[in-house]
Amino acid sequence: MCWDDAGAVHAMKAAVLVFPGINRERDMARTLRLVSGTAPAMVWHAETELPAGTDLVVIPGGFSYGDYLRCGAIAARSPIMDAVRVHAAKGGLTLGVCNGFQILCEAGLLPGVLMRNAQLRFICHDVYLRVERSDTAFTRGYNAGQVIRVPVAHGEGNYIADGETIARLEGEGRVIFRYSSPDGMIDPNWNHNGAINAIAGILNERGNVLGMMPHPENHVEAAIGPTDGRGLFAGLAEVLERVA
Amino acid sequence: MKARITVTLKSGILDPQGKAIEGALRSLGVSGVASVRQGKVFDIELEDVDRAKAETLLKQAADKLLANTVIENYRVDVLG
Repeated sequence: MCWDDAGAVHAMKAAVLVFPGINRERDMARTLRLVSGTAPAMVWHAETELPAGTDLVVIPGGFSYGDYLRCGAIAARSPIMDAVRVHAAKGGLTLGVCNGFQILCEAGLLPGVLMRNAQLRFICHDVYLRVERSDTAFTRGYNAGQVIRVPVAHGEGNYIADGETIARLEGEGRVIFRYSSPDGMIDPNWNHNGAINAIAGILNERGNVLGMMPHPENHVEAAIGPTDGRGLFAGLAEVLERVA
Repeated sequence: MKARITVTLKSGILDPQGKAIEGALRSLGVSGVASVRQGKVFDIELEDVDRAKAETLLKQAADKLLANTVIENYRVDVLG
């Protein structure tokens, strides 16, 4: 928390988008409230504007529109996404988790696409992620090279893009999370969905939009398991409270 | 006026579903299948528009929604 001259508390002002078929929005809202102390606004997909002062947009996981057509394709074209584009274009922080990552790709806010898992199975278990950078708004709660344990739950998480895009992502350090072994080795046996270069999460060019397949919001409370996901939200809360 | 948009995966894009179907055909004893790629077909009925307008709007539909041109190609057929 920080205080401005008038003595008012500035807290993170998050908005969680809700589409038909999304089912992780409550986990996400609970985590945001737990870590930042403030409950996020829940914003229905048919809205055309984000609540005034929104400084973090979160697109949660689930199965928007039943994954009809392609995962995230229909949600990416819903009215609220124009407001998200404006928010992102102004440098506003935007996080997409799981289906949220698929939606950001379909909306053109992140490059590439999430294909069917290479093994054709829906995977639902904890994975290890190597955090590639700690100098982003999303990963300042971690050290570069640190390995964190978080759950995944998806059937289409196999990230791919054309060679040129992958080269750019790698060259510009925009691959933020990779599936790894518990000791941080990148190995096909630990690349659960077959994603190219074991990519689990990427950043846009400007560094304010992150998409990732795993669910950090589900590992934040010691009472129910590991807390490795907490760093991501704590880091965001810190950044946003500081700029407030 | 009726039309059909066919969406197919670009070559070089891995198609695990097509591969699984290919394997199933083989296990059913359907011989002679070299490979299978799965795609999508959209049959679209149009309001009363001329052919040129139809082609434009169908292309728009494919570009805006029906195909993800990062990984897919599409073909528009106006069936008259």
